[in-house]
Amino acid sequence: MKTSTGIVVKVGIADLDLVEAPDKIRTSGLGSCVGVVIYDSFKQIAGMSHVMLPDSTVTRQKNFNQYKYADTAIDILINKLLERQTVKQRLKAKLAGGAQMFQHHHSTDIMRIGPRNIEAVQERLKTHQIPITAKDVGGTSGRTIEFDPLTNQLKIRTVNKGEVFI
Amino acid sequence: MKDQKLSHLEQDVLREIGNIGAGNATTSLSELINKRIHMEVPAVQLVTINEMVDKIGGPEELIVTVMFKFQGEMTGTVFFVLTIEEANMMIEQMTGLGQADLFKDDIIDEMAASALKELANILTGSYIAALADMSGLHIQPTIPFLSVDMAAATLVSGMIDISQETDYALIIDTRMLDTETSHSVRGHFLLIPDPISVPILLKALGVRDED
Repeated sequence: MKTSTGIVVKVGIADLDLVEAPDKIRTSGLGSCVGVVIYDSFKQIAGMSHVMLPDSTVTRQKNFNQYKYADTAIDILINKLLERQTVKQRLKAKLAGGAQMFQHHHSTDIMRIGPRNIEAVQERLKTHQIPITAKDVGGTSGRTIEFDPLTNQLKIRTVNKGEVFI
Repeated sequence: MKDQKLSHLEQDVLREIGNIGAGNATTSLSELINKRIHMEVPAVQLVTINEMVDKIGGPEELIVTVMFKFQGEMTGTVFFVLTIEEANMMIEQMTGLGQADLFKDDIIDEMAASALKELANILTGSYIAALADMSGLHIQPTIPFLSVDMAAATLVSGMIDISQETDYALIIDTRMLDTETSHSVRGHFLLIPDPISVPILLKALGVRDED
């Protein structure tokens, strides 16, 4: 169902999806997770991924969810964008998230997961030579993000700083 | 992973464990804040992280969470989840110092936070002690960690260590109700054993043979 103002497609945790203007795409409550938007501004198509963990190669799961990890999710997102006749050289990225939600936690895994997710996402985008045009990462607050492929603006909402656009 | 699936008997036993554990915790809480607190029969469910977040009120719901990890022969996570109003009410009741404001101007008040952490400590301590008694397993909670933020951001970040291994979590969810005022305290007390600890617990309770 499309209207002239478009709908907002919601992306769950460890999930991804694509939209075309005038639709928008959002994911809610990013903590240590990272929200990655890859977009083609000429085609006005954007994909968003809610990445939970940095590296799929260390999983002990046999049939793991590929949307959960930075490396596999970004590859899939790019492929899905290319299937929609976007051009790889035109793709750009924005990202947000990777916070540390529990302060002074002893478990190094929980402590470090935000920064590791950010690093892994940036590394994977670099491999694909996709430039990052804006990011809002780290800190200690959860974020809800919404991308509009018409304006290429990423709206970021936190509980204590309200809304900003990057 | 569906190999974590439980039989009806196993579910019943875990529900009973939750009942006794949360019963202990509720008694401690009632004494601490001098109010009658009632608890519902615990729900034992195998859920995805998205489903768990929805049970708490959706990904963007602003919640107060005190998180514990527990360690020993059995490992896992405890989340004690409240709304800001409920948390403030409990802090006021416990300290007797008048109006509490845990999240004043969107900043966590350290005094209020430490009172709430202490309350959660006592609550979780009595739950875990009951669990250890019944199972005969050595289990100890860590120190508490507090967050006031969106439900998804908080819960997912707290579950990161097990999400590497599984997409499902076994939750023993007990809701607590304030019996004097109909709407107020509706806290969640979530006990989430690590996947590796589920068979250990069931075996210790005598309802599962070698896995």
